[in-house]
Amino acid sequence: MTKYKVGIDVGSTHTDAVILDEGNNLIHAEKTMTTPDVTSGIINALRLVLEGSGVSRDDIAAVMFGTTHIINAIVQRRNLGKVGVVRIGLPATEAIEPMLDWPIDLRDSVNAGITMIRGGHDYTGEPITQFDEDSLRKALEAFRNRGVDAVAVTSVWSVVNPEHEVKVRELASELLPGVPIVLSHEISSIGLLERENATILNAASIKVMVNAINALREALRDMGLEHAKMFFAQNDGTTASADYIVRFPIFTVIAPISNSIRGAYVLTKIPNAIVADTGGATTNIGALINGYPREALEIEIGGVRTNIRAPDVIAIGLAGGSIVEVKDGDVKVGPVSVGYRLIYEGISWGGGTVTATDIALAKGIMSIDDPMCNPELARSKIPSWLVERAYAKMIEILEDSIDRIKLKPEPETVILVGGGSAMWPKTLRGAREVIRPEHAQYANAIGAATALVGAVVEKAYSYEQITRERAIQDASEEAKKRAVEAGADPSTVEVAEVEEIAMPYLPGNAVKVRVKAVGKLKL
Amino acid sequence: MMIIFKIYSHTTQLNMVRYHLSKTDVEDLVVGAAILGTGGGGDPYIGKLMVIQELERGRRIEIVSIDEADGDAFIVPVAAMGTPVVLMEKIPSGKEALYSLRLLEGYFNRRVDFISPIEAGGVNSTIPLVVGAERGLPVIDADGMGRAFPELQMVTFHIYGIKATPMAISDERGNAAILDTVDNYWAERIARAITVKYGGSAWIAIYPTFGKLYRDAAIKGSISLAIEVGKALREAKLAGRNPVDALLDVTHGFELFKGKIIDVQRFNIGGFARGEAVIEGLDEYKGSRLMIRFQNENLVAIKDNEVVASVPDLITVLDSESGKPITTERLRYGLRVLVISMPCNEKWRTSKGLETVGPRYFGYDIDYVPIEVRVKRVVKP
Repeated sequence: MTKYKVGIDVGSTHTDAVILDEGNNLIHAEKTMTTPDVTSGIINALRLVLEGSGVSRDDIAAVMFGTTHIINAIVQRRNLGKVGVVRIGLPATEAIEPMLDWPIDLRDSVNAGITMIRGGHDYTGEPITQFDEDSLRKALEAFRNRGVDAVAVTSVWSVVNPEHEVKVRELASELLPGVPIVLSHEISSIGLLERENATILNAASIKVMVNAINALREALRDMGLEHAKMFFAQNDGTTASADYIVRFPIFTVIAPISNSIRGAYVLTKIPNAIVADTGGATTNIGALINGYPREALEIEIGGVRTNIRAPDVIAIGLAGGSIVEVKDGDVKVGPVSVGYRLIYEGISWGGGTVTATDIALAKGIMSIDDPMCNPELARSKIPSWLVERAYAKMIEILEDSIDRIKLKPEPETVILVGGGSAMWPKTLRGAREVIRPEHAQYANAIGAATALVGAVVEKAYSYEQITRERAIQDASEEAKKRAVEAGADPSTVEVAEVEEIAMPYLPGNAVKVRVKAVGKLKL
Repeated sequence: MMIIFKIYSHTTQLNMVRYHLSKTDVEDLVVGAAILGTGGGGDPYIGKLMVIQELERGRRIEIVSIDEADGDAFIVPVAAMGTPVVLMEKIPSGKEALYSLRLLEGYFNRRVDFISPIEAGGVNSTIPLVVGAERGLPVIDADGMGRAFPELQMVTFHIYGIKATPMAISDERGNAAILDTVDNYWAERIARAITVKYGGSAWIAIYPTFGKLYRDAAIKGSISLAIEVGKALREAKLAGRNPVDALLDVTHGFELFKGKIIDVQRFNIGGFARGEAVIEGLDEYKGSRLMIRFQNENLVAIKDNEVVASVPDLITVLDSESGKPITTERLRYGLRVLVISMPCNEKWRTSKGLETVGPRYFGYDIDYVPIEVRVKRVVKP
């Protein structure tokens, strides 16, 4: 019996759903509108794709979501949990209190009390000072009385020695049973404030994720899919089970962007390339390295600086719905977009707004399979000089962004995906080849549906205290263990990437080791 | 004693004898310090948050003109030293330098009257402000570099014969040591070794001196200059003017080049982050290339095989869109940048100054020519 997977990706304007068979062949795809609550849009897409495909519900083994629940909650400061914040590091770290430079409204909706206690380590793994368990106990009791939703714990150099963070979890299991305790060394890497910020945001998002998962699980039950396993796309292009992601919701915060980059790889099998994902309002340009999105050093979420793993992308306000204007003799394309209203407002649909899509239609670059769309309108109504100049401008902006995302000058393969990607030409400056694969408009949902289960571990070691082999082995074991926790079939888990980053100016040969482990879904 | 509080007019803080820093001043100062940091000096983000935290706790930071210090006033510069990555992870307690100050006060049996920065660029531009807030001590509007440099003897105090020691060096636990060394190079070496034992960062009170000597040796007005630079950029952006023009105006600097980074190479030699970046010209610089050599800070700029700027003059790389400075560790292919150079303080242009921080000290066999002279040569051959 064939087992099928459903992939769902939530974009800013559209929610896409696909069904794939075991060989990752596309069986059916649907596009619907994204809804403000996100969940009802997902349910619509799911229902449509099930009905359209004719696949029996019993044969759906997994539903894989790439969702915007968490980013929306953080940006809109809605439904977030109240977090008790624990910082371990005194007497160090007192000069900057937790959440100091957060936007005030976000801090107010998350903060349920901050406590700073003695402890933490140096980069050598030696304790800075004795761990202050009494103060910790008092803080946890205060959190209990206040009724916090979660606790976020950050200790100095916990990426070298997590001992003191683990102690908090032990004591909290006794004092705060049932309250999620988030430890920073499980969230991100070096940079105390950025890691602490990510840990607090993660703790605040747990409630949002629990609610989203419950609503989706109920919807699956209503559709006769209670047997299907739920997975959630992560920021690094991998996926994780519902049980795991409920502990680490921050790992989904910009997953949809990674889904399309990863989807571009799945559709082309080209592991190293530049990917441009063109939607209705924006184009995201990122890079594929060995089949996964290249990561950025830091990312701001809802106005807060963090160092979670996230794709390195340039977002430009130029996509299918971008409005074309002439101002002071200059042709402008975007960043304002008609978005989903393209099919009402675009010239080719009988509307009055010249959009990027109309320009591409007039130029004869693309065709649209929609009886309501008449490219003849674009050709007759838009003067040809404007078509030429606007199209040249569009290409210039895209080529410029492609060049900015590159790390070296040599031409690279460029893969075009997304609902608006048909508007681009077959050749681009700086591109060795330009590929727009079949099903490019569903790359994001396909990326979500085909993702492997994955986990990344980043730890710091001193190669004077531990051999290089032992350090890599230690980090690899931990990454594999986490991949299994995230829902990977243990017999398939393998190390996908090992990266060693020397930390300059630190004696003792200090190195940051980063290991990514991936495996197939355990179904 | 005249006390003038913040009065904004066309003339800036430079003319003020005493003033208290506002939050906006701090934001401006950090931007200015990054520009004067010439690509190095550490990420000022942590330093900025430390100062803002002090202000949020209700403490005040008083900046005073160098002229406020009597000839026999006891002045002690304070600074952080160590590895940037440690500062990012082991955030300071904010009290470290107080231990150093206290130890030095005991040694001299005298209270400190004023503290001072040793660097105008990077994170060390803000450290003395935190100490000033914690101790309630005024901070002198001057420093020992007028920019950023990587080693303790690279200060004008050194070229004026002031000894780095007795110096005190402490950590957040309260460990503190006092050093008395035969020369300033030994102070650098021993302090560096102690820093490692402390966990990669240490806090120093160094080059203790008296008003008369300090006035001759220090670079005047550097805190105000950093604030002015940041303010000029901010106001230019608000008014829709070219921020780079405003910046060059305040610093008496010159635009060297505009282009796209096409190559960055890094070599780890002797524990320093050395490297070079090649920039391909855009607009009026099309067809030319500029190479920047760096070691923590930007050291030399070479345009089509001709040196166009060198240490100790300041060379800073800015993002051509935002006008924000780019540190050497963040240089990478594809960035659109603008390179500017600003004249260093006259004190660096003496023979002792050039011996300490001239191009030859950093291993470049070239003669130092002041930036304003080099620029004239290009314009009027």
